[in-house]
Formats: sequence, structure tokens, C-alpha cells
Amino acid sequence: MNFETMVFYGFAAILLFAGFRVITTRNPVHAALFLVLAFFTAAGIWLMLEAEFLAITLVLVYVGAVMVLFLFVVMMLDINLDRLREGFWDYLPLAAFVATMLVIEMAVVLGSRSFGLDIVPAPIQHAADYSNTKELGRLLYTDYVYPFELAAVVLLVAIVAAIALTMRRRKTSKYQDPAQQVNVKRADRVRLVSMAAAQPSSTKS
Amino acid sequence: MNLAFTDVLPLLPEIFLLAAVSLILLIDLFLGKEQRYITYILSLAALLGCGWLTFTTATGVTTYAMHGMFVDDLLSDTLKLMLYFVVAVVMVYSRSYIHARGMFQGEFFVLMLFATLGMMVMISASNFLTLYMGLELMSLSLYALVALRRDNAVATEAAMKYFVLGALASGMLLYGMSMIYGATGSLDLSRIATVLQAGVANNTVLVFGLVFIVAGLAFKLGVAPFHMWLPDVYHGAPTAVTLFIATATKLAAFAFVLRILAQGLQVMSVDWQQMMMIMAVLSMAIGNITAIAQTNFKRMLAYSTISHMGFLLLGLLAADINGYSAAMFYIVTYTLTGLGAFGMIMLLSRKGFEADNLDDLKGLNQRHPWYAFMMLIIMFSLAGVPPTVGFYAKLSVLQAVVNAGYIWLAVVAVMFSLIGAFYYLRIVRLMYFDKPVDNHRIRPEGDMAVLMSANGLAVLALGILPQPLMALCVYAIQRSL
Repeated sequence: MNFETMVFYGFAAILLFAGFRVITTRNPVHAALFLVLAFFTAAGIWLMLEAEFLAITLVLVYVGAVMVLFLFVVMMLDINLDRLREGFWDYLPLAAFVATMLVIEMAVVLGSRSFGLDIVPAPIQHAADYSNTKELGRLLYTDYVYPFELAAVVLLVAIVAAIALTMRRRKTSKYQDPAQQVNVKRADRVRLVSMAAAQPSSTKS
Repeated sequence: MNLAFTDVLPLLPEIFLLAAVSLILLIDLFLGKEQRYITYILSLAALLGCGWLTFTTATGVTTYAMHGMFVDDLLSDTLKLMLYFVVAVVMVYSRSYIHARGMFQGEFFVLMLFATLGMMVMISASNFLTLYMGLELMSLSLYALVALRRDNAVATEAAMKYFVLGALASGMLLYGMSMIYGATGSLDLSRIATVLQAGVANNTVLVFGLVFIVAGLAFKLGVAPFHMWLPDVYHGAPTAVTLFIATATKLAAFAFVLRILAQGLQVMSVDWQQMMMIMAVLSMAIGNITAIAQTNFKRMLAYSTISHMGFLLLGLLAADINGYSAAMFYIVTYTLTGLGAFGMIMLLSRKGFEADNLDDLKGLNQRHPWYAFMMLIIMFSLAGVPPTVGFYAKLSVLQAVVNAGYIWLAVVAVMFSLIGAFYYLRIVRLMYFDKPVDNHRIRPEGDMAVLMSANGLAVLALGILPQPLMALCVYAIQRSL
């Protein structure tokens, strides 16, 4: 076993452990943190596959942005864990049966017998100055430009849907109109009133 | 690499629709509440423009564009033209319904057009990647449309179920696609077909992936045992959205299944035929028997949809030109009938009243004989009574199944259709022989009344003269597969 294989198995073991803990841990904040760990180790495995750009993006986008947001949501929402666990034992037999079947099937099919080196050739190792990012960029904007644009449309739909579902035009909401603020004159805000001078009241000591 | 104009020419309808939706989105921003009808008219105009572009650029020759990710053939042109028509009818039917419920917003039309764009992408996809992107574009718009009445608890719950199960189905589909990719080394459907033709070493991986793909497709089509979301979504969604999901998406789902199974994995038909047989029989059984117990009209139609999708699978599993064209004829006519059935619910409902219970149909004949007659035709067509189009559609599917050598399947299908006829005919009884519960006058708007009459009469006319449409379906399938 060479060093590379050892590193791979190390990452894989941590990834499996983290993934398992995400669904078994009782505290949702811990679950989110274990998910971060899973993303980190997955990024490590991608690095070993020479997919440097994807690995770094995974850490930047998922760990840096998505999971932080997720942690905020988890902390702000008051999740009732007891209600979530309701009916766990009722569903367990069927779920366990389906899960075991799937695991057995995957174990049988996805072994080295189907994806071993004699069937799928090993990828060619690239030179040290090979730019993964450049290749990805070239492919995205040439061969894969159609699905890439479609992904952009999907994001546009997400924006439209999010606004349509959450925006409430309440009559009571207060907002500022900058144009009006700039155009305001002194006379609009301050009213000068001329009053006759008055004697302070006699009760004052 | 240079992008020539001829490369994007087949995509012209898609590009036009995307530009039009973006423009409508912007224009809608500046419209007041009273001017909202401009959005509605622009949406219809966009569909009309798409129709014109698709019709004029149709060559009948199979053209690939965008590095083989997009295909423009006779099948896609035919289905797209039907899709525009169906979406336009959905919009006309929905107008007064959503107006009465405060949903007459720009987002409703924009999301509907985005979903239409997704369906167009699905219809003319020739790569797993574009198939999936089109599916997601459609599904995301649909989830939002179902949830659009966010203060309504039933609608929100339906949207949640739809979203979670839809995401699960997409996951299964992707997993299956990744397996097929692992075994064949390509995402391109025609390339996969060639690789499979030549023979692949590890057949187990292929079958493994196929199981996941078929399960994902079954989720999306709503066939048993993956049908649980369908009654809740149909029931909970605003009827205008239910109408959209029940009609337009079925056309796209048909194209989706046809592209994956018939164009990509035709060689493996022996494997997917068996899965489809089980699903078809289960769907027809569960759909038809459960529908009898329903008191809600929308729920009943949802279970009826499940049984009809089972029937559609029968046509597909014949796995030859006859079967595919019978299935295409079936889905097109089902869409037409579904438009009528759900449209009628909206025609009968009014502000603050949803005519979605079976009791609301009581005595319709006394209230308005003409619409009762239209409903009669539609129910007869769903049940498969001659001379409506539903009879001919069922007949052609059964012929294809018998020709493929599955006589027992045809017998089972006929049996369950007989059981199904019970609840369709119960509606007819309610309309003609019961006393009306509610005596509110039915006064639909002019364009809706005309369209509904045309819809009902078309169901009858196509039943008497099915040949032209059938010939079109056969021709489209022959030229494209």
C-alpha cells in the first residue's frame, strides 16, 4: 500500500464517519458541523483526483457560504426534535429493510468487478503545469454552453420563485424614498412659529 | 470554435421564449394592478410567437445542435406545438379563477412560461444533462406555482410534499444516469445507444442504473408504487395549477420517457419492459379502485390520472413503433380530455367557492344542460366509451400490446377499465339524475365558454375521426426514432 492509497482510505474513513454522524447525532448544530467535515474530506478526495478547482470550490462555496447560512438557520429556528423523532420505531422495520436491500445491491454491483482497472482504464496523469480551471472554463463555454445557460435560467426561476413566495406588500411596512429625502426643503421639516414672549409661571421657584 | 447562425436556428423557439419571459418579467414590474391583463396578453403572445417559430423552422429532418445536446426532429416539433396550445388554453381557463382568488399576479404567468421552457428543453433533449436541466427548470417552477397561495395550509403542504418527493425522484434519476455513464462512458443518448448496440462488458451496472432511472421516471409520471404525491398535490394545489400539472407536464414527461428509454436504452427494452409491466398493472389497479372511494372531484381525477398513466406505460412497453405512436396518441388525447375535466371545475367555481366536490356536480343538467353535456362527453372519453376519443386511444394501445404478444396484459387492462368506468359514470348520474344542491347561475366569461365548448366537441370529433391525429403520431414517431 503506497502513501496515496493510505491517504485515500484515511479521507474515505473520515468521510463515512462524518456522513454517518450527520444523520445520527442528536444536536442539529453538531450535524451541520459534521456535514462541514464531510465536505472537507470530500474536497480532499477530489484533490487526489486532480480536480483542484472543484475541490477548492467545494470548500469555498459549500463550507464557506452554504453551511454558514445553514448554521444560522439551524440556530435561529426552534426545531422541535421530539416531534421529528415521532414514529421513528414505526417506520424503522420497512426503512431498514429497504436500506439493507440497497446496500447489498450496491455492494454487489459497485465493486472492483465492475469498475476495476481491467474494465475502466486508469485516468492519465497530467503534467504539473496543467490547468484544471482553464480546461473547465473552456468546456463550460464551448461544449457545455447550452446546459450552462439552462443552469442560469434555473437560478433566475429560483430568484423569481423566492421573491414571489416570500415578499409581502404590507400596508404597515415603512420604507424610505431616497429621492424624497434628498429633495426635502427646510420648510418641509421645520416650522418656525412666532410666539409672544411669556412670563415664566409664578409657581416656579 | 465558431458559433454559426445555423447552429442556433433549431433553438430559436427556446431562445425566443426565454427573451420573451425576461421581457414580460420586466414589463410586469411597471404595471399596476388594473393593468395586469397586459402580462396575460403578452404571455399568450409569447406562446403564439413560439408556435410560429416552431412551425416555420420545422424541417422534418432530424437536426442536432449545441454539440449534440439539442435535437430538433418531427417528434419534438409536434409535441412542442401541442404544448404551446395546451399552455395557452390553461391560461385562458385560469384567468377568471385566479382573478377571483387574488392570484392574478405577473409571477403566475412568468413561472408558467418558465415551466413551459423547461418542458421544451425536455422535449428536444438528446443528452442526459439537458434532460435533467429541463426537468429541474420545469419542476422548480411547478413547486413555486403550487405554493403560490402561501396563506393556504393545504396548498403549502402539497407544495412541500411535491418538493421533497420531487427532489428524491431527481436524486434517483441522477444516480441512475451516473451508473449508465459509468458503464457506457457517455451522456449522449445516441452515443449510449451505439455503445449498447455494440455490447457492454458489465451488464449488471447497466441494469442497476436502469432500475434507478425507471424509478425516477415513475415518480415523475406518477405511476404506482411511486404515486403517493399525486393525489395530495392535485388536491392541494390551486385548480389552475392542477390543470397545468395534469395536462402540459404529461406531454413533457412522455417525451422525457421516450427519449431516455426508446432512444437511449432501446437495446435494454427486455429489462425495462418487465418493470413497466408491474408498474402498469399496479397503477391501473390502485388508480381505478381507490378513485371509487373519493368524494373530492380533484382527488378522484388524480387517481384517474394514475390509472391513465398505467395505460400509457402499456403502450410504451410494447417497445415498437406501434406502441410508441399509440402511447403518443393516448397522451395527446388524455391531455385534451384533462383540459376539459379540470377546466370544468374552474368554470363551475366562483369567488369563495371551489366546485371540487362530487356533490357540487349534482343536477348540473338542470342548471346548465350544455355544460352538463360537455362534461358527459369528457367523462365518457376518460372511461373509454365510444364514440369519444378515449375509446379509440385505449383501443390503439391495446392493439399495440396484443401485437407485442402480451395478451394477458390487455385482458387485465380491459378489466380495470371496466372497474374505472363505474366512477366516471357516477359523475354522469350525479349530473343528470340528482337534484342540484347549489343553484348559483353559471356564467363563464365569453372566451372560456367558447373554448370549453370547443374542447368538449373536439373530444367527440376526434373520437369519430381519429385517423388524421393517429397518422400524425405514427409519422412523427417513425421519422424521429
